Amino acid sequence: MRVPISWLREFVDIPLDVTHEQIHAALVKVGFEEEDVHDFDLSGPILVGQVLEFTSEPQSNGKTINWCQVDVGEAEPRGIVCGAHNFAVGDKVVVSLPGAVLPGPFPIAARKTYGHVSDGMMASARELGMGDEHEGILLLKSLGLDPVVGAEAVPLLGLDDFAVEVNVTPDRGYAFSIRGIAREYSHSTGATFRDPALASSPVAGTGFSVTVDDVAPIRGRIGASVFTTRVVRGIDASRPTPPWMIARLGLAGIRSISLTVDITNYVMLELGQPTHAYDLDKLSGGIIVRRAAAGETLTTLDDKVRTLAAEDLLITDGSGAIGLAGVMGGASTEIDTTSTNVLVESANFDPTSIARTARRHKLPSEASRRFERGVDPAIAQVAAARVVELLVELGAGTADELGSVLDTSVAPTPIELADGYIEGLIGVQFSPDEITTSLVDIGCAVDATTGGHSVTPPTWRPDLTDRATLAEEVARIVGYDRIPSVLPVAPPGRGLTREQRLRRSASASLASAGLTEVLAYPFLSQASNDLFGSPLTGAVPAVALANAIDSEAALLRTSLLPGLISVARRNLSRGLTDLAVFEVGTVFLPESGRTYGVDTLPAGNELPSAELLEKLRGSIPAQPWHVAALFVGDAVAKQPGQSSIQRGLSDAISAAQHLAAVLASPLTVTTGAHKAMHPGRTAELRSGDRVVGYAGELLPSLAAELDLPRVVAVLELDLDALIELGAVEIAPTPIVSFPAATQDLTLVVPEAVRAGELLALLVEGAGDLLENVSLVDDYRGTGIADGSKSLTFALRFRATDRTLTAAEATEAKSAAVALAASRMGAVLRE
Amino acid sequence: MPESTPITESAVAAAVDAALAAVATATTMSELRAARAEHAGESSPLARLNGSLKTLDPADRAAAGKLVGQARARVGQAFAPREAELAVAEENQRLADEAVDVTAVASRWNAGARHPLSLLMERMSDVFIAMGWEIAEGPELENEWFNFDALNMDEDHPARSEQDTFFVDPVDSHLVLRTQTSPVQIRSLLTRDLPVYVVSPGKVFRKDELDATHTPVFHQIEGIAIDKGLTMAHLRGTLEHLARAMFGDDAQIRLRPNYFPFTEPSAEMDVWQPNAKGGARWVEWGGCGMVNSNVLRAAGIDPEVYQGFAFGMGIERTLQFRNDMNDMRDMVEGDIRFSQQFGMVV
Repeated sequence: MRVPISWLREFVDIPLDVTHEQIHAALVKVGFEEEDVHDFDLSGPILVGQVLEFTSEPQSNGKTINWCQVDVGEAEPRGIVCGAHNFAVGDKVVVSLPGAVLPGPFPIAARKTYGHVSDGMMASARELGMGDEHEGILLLKSLGLDPVVGAEAVPLLGLDDFAVEVNVTPDRGYAFSIRGIAREYSHSTGATFRDPALASSPVAGTGFSVTVDDVAPIRGRIGASVFTTRVVRGIDASRPTPPWMIARLGLAGIRSISLTVDITNYVMLELGQPTHAYDLDKLSGGIIVRRAAAGETLTTLDDKVRTLAAEDLLITDGSGAIGLAGVMGGASTEIDTTSTNVLVESANFDPTSIARTARRHKLPSEASRRFERGVDPAIAQVAAARVVELLVELGAGTADELGSVLDTSVAPTPIELADGYIEGLIGVQFSPDEITTSLVDIGCAVDATTGGHSVTPPTWRPDLTDRATLAEEVARIVGYDRIPSVLPVAPPGRGLTREQRLRRSASASLASAGLTEVLAYPFLSQASNDLFGSPLTGAVPAVALANAIDSEAALLRTSLLPGLISVARRNLSRGLTDLAVFEVGTVFLPESGRTYGVDTLPAGNELPSAELLEKLRGSIPAQPWHVAALFVGDAVAKQPGQSSIQRGLSDAISAAQHLAAVLASPLTVTTGAHKAMHPGRTAELRSGDRVVGYAGELLPSLAAELDLPRVVAVLELDLDALIELGAVEIAPTPIVSFPAATQDLTLVVPEAVRAGELLALLVEGAGDLLENVSLVDDYRGTGIADGSKSLTFALRFRATDRTLTAAEATEAKSAAVALAASRMGAVLRE
Repeated sequence: MPESTPITESAVAAAVDAALAAVATATTMSELRAARAEHAGESSPLARLNGSLKTLDPADRAAAGKLVGQARARVGQAFAPREAELAVAEENQRLADEAVDVTAVASRWNAGARHPLSLLMERMSDVFIAMGWEIAEGPELENEWFNFDALNMDEDHPARSEQDTFFVDPVDSHLVLRTQTSPVQIRSLLTRDLPVYVVSPGKVFRKDELDATHTPVFHQIEGIAIDKGLTMAHLRGTLEHLARAMFGDDAQIRLRPNYFPFTEPSAEMDVWQPNAKGGARWVEWGGCGMVNSNVLRAAGIDPEVYQGFAFGMGIERTLQFRNDMNDMRDMVEGDIRFSQQFGMVV
């Protein structure tokens, strides 16, 4: 809401030298956040001038300019070059002299042009910030003005005003008006407030037929609870809108259109009541307010044909629909330059009905914005009378007796406020007087009852619905600064959950291992999801957004990898070629063939049945936490005495094993296949029988397609599963200090044998004495038959209860060899 | 059997002098080893003199034996100190030879980093953990009932359409990307025993284009406390504690009236940031208020018995003003240079 200060001053006392900072500070205190300041940005000598004479001079560029002599109240007239042609000798205009600055900023200086020195500029309305009019210069007579030559033009045109803009929260519809803001300024500063609604008792019109025929009220509320009309006849269509009104409307963000429309907008801003003016002569008979018939059409003021829905509330006459109630008027009864007789409508429409219609037709308007938030039903007649008053005063019209008043609005319900309640909620001991005065100040009627008060909110405060809302008002008016600081004591807590702790450990361990955490957006394309959401070919089910920012990325991720790939591409494009990045985040995994969501939503202000709650909880797909990592470039850069070590599959698998170790969760690495990965460099990661993830190098052709280097290693694990399948309580084996016996073992096996599987056999075959085994060499070539390889393992044996003899270790090793020989055809190489 | 050598004082002295000179002039361990072989070994002059003893008359043998024995002992003792000296010298030389340019050694480890937003969420969570609160979590893809209706925002509530919500297709399935972490509050109230003191950090979504001050995916931390007798004073106390933990002991909280559907009264919260770059200042930090009785009813809690407060703030915004960052895009693009400035510290 933008509030011109001169206007605000009409209803509340404001110091003459007030600054916008002071106004903002006062309004912030009572809950209206500062947004902006608006003014006309004019300075320097801007005066009323009179054209004494001019000569038209055709130019070589085809234009004709006028060389004018303009009296600005000085001894000599000023010579001014002007390109406009809409003026005549004797016209009074606005002249900005050298030194003046117009909005833009547009500084004025004496300048040589078209063979003259132009000693100033005659300004158009647009150049003065008064609107869009730029067809010619502003003629003051068009505004009904005939000021003294040489007078200051800025105050004359109301351009010395400024407006503060504040944010009005959705509960405070009344503050979408100068009236409402003036009241709040008074609450904040204690300045005297003069309610324009009480200025005079409005005259009611009679004899005009208005019927509200709402067969389908929304949520049981009738579409129009108040509908007031007044007629004004004989308006002089040639009358201009006075400059002060144009200036105030402009500061408030509304463009001047015509006197009648300007007046309805002016009254809306002043009182918060949207009104509408119909050309009375274009109306057929009385008005009926009703719901639309499905498929019915209406051409609105913007000349668009709207197909209506059954819920739309319409203003109709004998000809059919003539307006979309509270949202936009119809074209057929629009005020035009020849309209002289006007029917003024000032009505109160149901907020929900208006909100839905405005949303349905994508027609948010100044009027709908106010109706949605609630307009004071008691102000309708006052607003109608104010429009009539201005049409008579400024448009030379005559108020007619014809009109109507229909009011079925319901008086606000009293709220019981028990003594002590406010203190118990706010934590401040307000005095009884503070409570009563605050509530009376905001317009409530307060009656003492046994043990408390009965508080009737004012008609403009539909948001005051329960005692908590009253508590807020008292705290707000007295000031939130009064609230003390008391630290509550929570019951002892259990700390982080296991999942929360281990997720932190997972992230911390990866960062400690040299990876950098990133947080990617979860929006993906179908292709990305299909590629990474499953190792198998085919479409992967994914959740689609109805209103994605980018229609190419409208699905929610089923894998973290595409996000990491985007991040990698961005880093690479910035010259960061060696990357190890990871993300811990959720993925969205709908099951194939299952529909999610619910048809209807239960009410919000009561506990749904257990069954319904279960349904709500079950209406969303699984969203497990995953962890993913991506490696590209060098792990160790080339340096003196150190050749580079390139990142690759081993980083991805090491990271997986590292995570498994950190989380004390079993993980086995086996040969795997994944459609986005290198067929010979992909590992399936298992916990027992369950596949918990994949590690591998991207398919080189895919990497090329993505402008990535050939070797990009990736890892994705179901972190939830890894945590779930991990040891909950560690039962450590006692540490034995008897000496170990170490032996090497070299086996020749067919090349196809997986070293990891052979190693597992050795563990099985060697029995309990084997404490540790690792693969230390893989040799092929001289001395080894083609198609075979020689694998060397280092074994460490230890007994828990004695010093192991070499013979015992050898025996265990032989058992391992025997098993490897029988299962895999391994041959001991001496 | 070597030829016997006459044992004379001069011969012994000459042998001793030669031995001591050899020890003294040895400059390496191998030279010293050669000197030992030459002057104290089996074929050294002194050994030979010693071998000659048995050829002497028994009467002379004692004196000569004493002379040779003393000489051999003297020579033998000369080796150890020299050996120690040379060992030190050799080790020193080795150390000198091993010296490298420490400003140019090969780097094998890469420094990783957490994302500062993650760290900040954890740090803020820890402040509450320390007070006995717990951390609650919930789904990012949420049913509208938890995200709106249960939070006192029915389908016609102006605030519901004001939030630029991402809807799941089809829209009438009533699933959304949560616009706030508040649905976790409802889920917590529905499942936990009273009293409840929880905070919920996490990702939230609003349909804003990415620019310097907006991102469609961002993070919040929200808290809710429902107990008997909680007031706005407890709300202020809690926020003040958090502010001090995050911004120093001089941090303060200022509450300004505002509106949120899920709280009544509601407040906008400013924090006095005493150590802000460019001077201490008030910064808008988040929203808060006393939980609306309709929210309690939605969770099956009797508002006549229980009441409480809730609050929430943006993590990106907190990082932005706390660490004096102008452009939010740095937080979302994943440029590793951004996170690496933080290491594991926020």
